Amino acid sequence: IWTTVFGRRMADEALFQFLHYELMQYIYKSADSKETENGRNITKLENMGFRVGQGLIERLTKDTARFKDELDTMKFICKDFWTCVFKKQIDNLRTNHQGIYVLQDNKFRLLSQLSAGKQYLEHAPKYLAFSCGLVRGALSNLGVKSIVTAEVSVMPTILLQKI
Amino acid sequence: MAVCIAVIAKENYPLYIRSVPTQNELKFHYTVHTSLDVVEEKISAVGKALGDQRELYLGLLYPTEDYKVYGYVTNSKVKFVIVVDSSNTSLRDNEIRSMFRKLHNSFTDVMCNPFHNPGDPIQSKAFDGIVSGMMVQTG
Repeated sequence: IWTTVFGRRMADEALFQFLHYELMQYIYKSADSKETENGRNITKLENMGFRVGQGLIERLTKDTARFKDELDTMKFICKDFWTCVFKKQIDNLRTNHQGIYVLQDNKFRLLSQLSAGKQYLEHAPKYLAFSCGLVRGALSNLGVKSIVTAEVSVMPTILLQKI
Repeated sequence: MAVCIAVIAKENYPLYIRSVPTQNELKFHYTVHTSLDVVEEKISAVGKALGDQRELYLGLLYPTEDYKVYGYVTNSKVKFVIVVDSSNTSLRDNEIRSMFRKLHNSFTDVMCNPFHNPGDPIQSKAFDGIVSGMMVQTG
């Protein structure tokens, strides 16, 4: 179901957003009935994103040339991968050339419906978990081990840091 | 038509091996295993051949056995190996490429299957079907 949502045109973005919200509600509700462990919910979401990222990358790189190096891989993530998932490219990519990359998206699709400033900032991390997993899964399937973290200072801008 | 088809994970263990004359299966396993070295060598020499996704025709690894072994590596470092009977010289380059294409497409479908864990042996019937279509038919 994950990949069919990404494959179609037109309404798929709204579909994905709704699915994503529902998914989060589901995870959090099922946790409430047993134990409350906020960290674990985020991990579950992240792991789901991981698996989806792996499959998605397999499909996307089917016809592309081989990547020359890590930077090339990151550029692919910023352009093609991000466009496929979020319909736009990453706005800013920074690196220290020693393995740390920072990706900045100024209008993150999954957050733009929430607010346009500082409101609801504390709820933002939940919405980012899946996307972090997505990037981590994509990178892992391309042979890059990484830790992906995201931070939000002003909605809907997000900064993804990959180590 | 292939005599043996193998899919090898990026950690170099087999995800899927199928060969047709099943009595010689071990020999094919061994062939595939040794071809991995050649594959590695080609990947590391990719600096000059930029953007080259496929590796073809690794050549006759065993001059006595008369098999041709072809290799193909995806961007996710998964390797496909096809072993072909050398007496079957009617098989052309394009056909081998299209076989790899089909394999890759089928493999992508397997990866996207949520019930499949990456790293597990491939158990998809659809994948089996595609591979059977490419193997030599034995009477």
